[in-house]
Amino acid sequence: MDVTLMLWIDAALTLMILSFLYRDNPFYKFAEHLFVGVSAAYLMAVGFWDHLVPNLLGKLFPSLMSGVVPGAVGRSPDYYYLIPAVFGLLLLTRLIDRWAWLSRWALAFIVGGAAGFNLPRFLDSDFIIQVQSTMIPLVVLDASGNLLWGASFSHVVLVLGVICGLVYFFFSVEHKGVLGHVSRAGIWVLMVTFGAAFGYTVMARISLLTGRMEALGAWLGSIF
Amino acid sequence: MHLCPTTRIPRGLPQTIGLARAVFAIAAISTSARAVIALTAPSTWARAVFAIAALFTLLQVDPVLAQAGTETGWINTDRTQALVLGIILTGAILLYVVLASAGRPLFIRKIAGLETVEEAVGRATEMGKPILYVPGLNDMDEVQTIASMNLLGHLATIIAGYDSRLHVPVRKSLVMSVARETVQQSYLSAGRPDAYQEDDIHYVSDAQFAYAAAVDGIIVREKPAACFYLGGFYAESLILAETGNSIGAIQIAGTARPPQLPFFVAACDYTLIGEELFAASAYLSKEPRMLGSLKGQDAGKGIAIVFILAGSALATLETVTGSESVRAFSEIVLWLFR
Repeated sequence: MDVTLMLWIDAALTLMILSFLYRDNPFYKFAEHLFVGVSAAYLMAVGFWDHLVPNLLGKLFPSLMSGVVPGAVGRSPDYYYLIPAVFGLLLLTRLIDRWAWLSRWALAFIVGGAAGFNLPRFLDSDFIIQVQSTMIPLVVLDASGNLLWGASFSHVVLVLGVICGLVYFFFSVEHKGVLGHVSRAGIWVLMVTFGAAFGYTVMARISLLTGRMEALGAWLGSIF
Repeated sequence: MHLCPTTRIPRGLPQTIGLARAVFAIAAISTSARAVIALTAPSTWARAVFAIAALFTLLQVDPVLAQAGTETGWINTDRTQALVLGIILTGAILLYVVLASAGRPLFIRKIAGLETVEEAVGRATEMGKPILYVPGLNDMDEVQTIASMNLLGHLATIIAGYDSRLHVPVRKSLVMSVARETVQQSYLSAGRPDAYQEDDIHYVSDAQFAYAAAVDGIIVREKPAACFYLGGFYAESLILAETGNSIGAIQIAGTARPPQLPFFVAACDYTLIGEELFAASAYLSKEPRMLGSLKGQDAGKGIAIVFILAGSALATLETVTGSESVRAFSEIVLWLFR
């Protein structure tokens, strides 16, 4: 497509979306519906060609799919894939009222499988490794045995911050007395962290805005 | 553009945890299969067929499980700690579940955001406006979405009682299916099956910002009195929460994704921070099994605190004294987390 035309479409759609900052209007509605429709259709096509064809049809009918799935040439059919194919078809039974209940079988497999697969993964990454990383010395010395105040303070803040944060997430005891104070310190730690993250992310979002402004600048440059 | 990462199981996951994956996956599938099939086809042969099909699919189609047994063996002794910890934690959860099921009262502290759920629904009913529920961007393979569906079920029961309208735009087709099932079941249990509107739970688009643009449009056009954002969110979190804030809706958010929590804290009336999202189902339902599970998880946090304190103390002692015997002692004490 002509580059100038692309530039005009890009600028027009950007302005239509940005017009939402003023209020909801027909231009925003048009851009929103176009974006939703095009993306839904595009991703459906991508899902079919990138997932269903190579991962299912390419395994079940490799000779038929050899033209579109490069690795399928000369491979024998893998009939185990009939099982996920059946589960996939069961999901479509939602379209028929009488058989709609069958789709729950496939959903049960997905939900149960996801919970089971994630458990050891999270146990490793969100529990064991986190605890390991927090078991650090509260006193840091350099090679000649002198105390490093900054590093030591950092370690103390880290260990105490993690413990206070963990106490905040205790649900089975009332947060009163000492536990209440520790829990309050925990929420302060969380809020300070959120504040820092907020500022950091806002700075990153400015770069997104800069990108859009550059696109509009290129468009204006093509006019004048 | 901030692209939404997929939440699929990483292909490069070490095969060494194949056994744990298999055990947990099969256990979870059996549990959910029991729950789901009990509602539909309670015959034993149907359960058996389902279980065998699930097992075969896992063993043959999953790349990790398929190779685990043949290449590295089913048990990797280097990861014995993970197995022991898994047994301890699941044991604690099971113990509390048994205690709760036996009728022992279990206390749960107040969670501020959840106290206002009924108030938000009541306000929407008085104003004659709908309630918007956004279950996040992730698919059903993400625990946050599963927690969100649990919460949606409780919320739908309250909404059915108040005769308000619930609007749930979703990003993933599977989430739409589960949300429809959940809400329909809630309306049925509330004695209002006639009030259930299937079209109010609808798919929008898989594209992150197309979904955000559409939800923004829904917010400004329908002006819901209450907006719930519960689940896994990414860069669109502030866009949604700020739009909801601009129309004066009561907003309750919750996510376990730390980068998005600051935005919800800034723009929403109440925010469920991290694990509060998972505790919310137990808090709202007071169901013994969920309460027991929450108590068991608290035991896990207690273990973490004890080991962090012990680990830090021993590491400090080791740094100060430089003693080999302290090092050897800490190796034994902290074996579980090495």
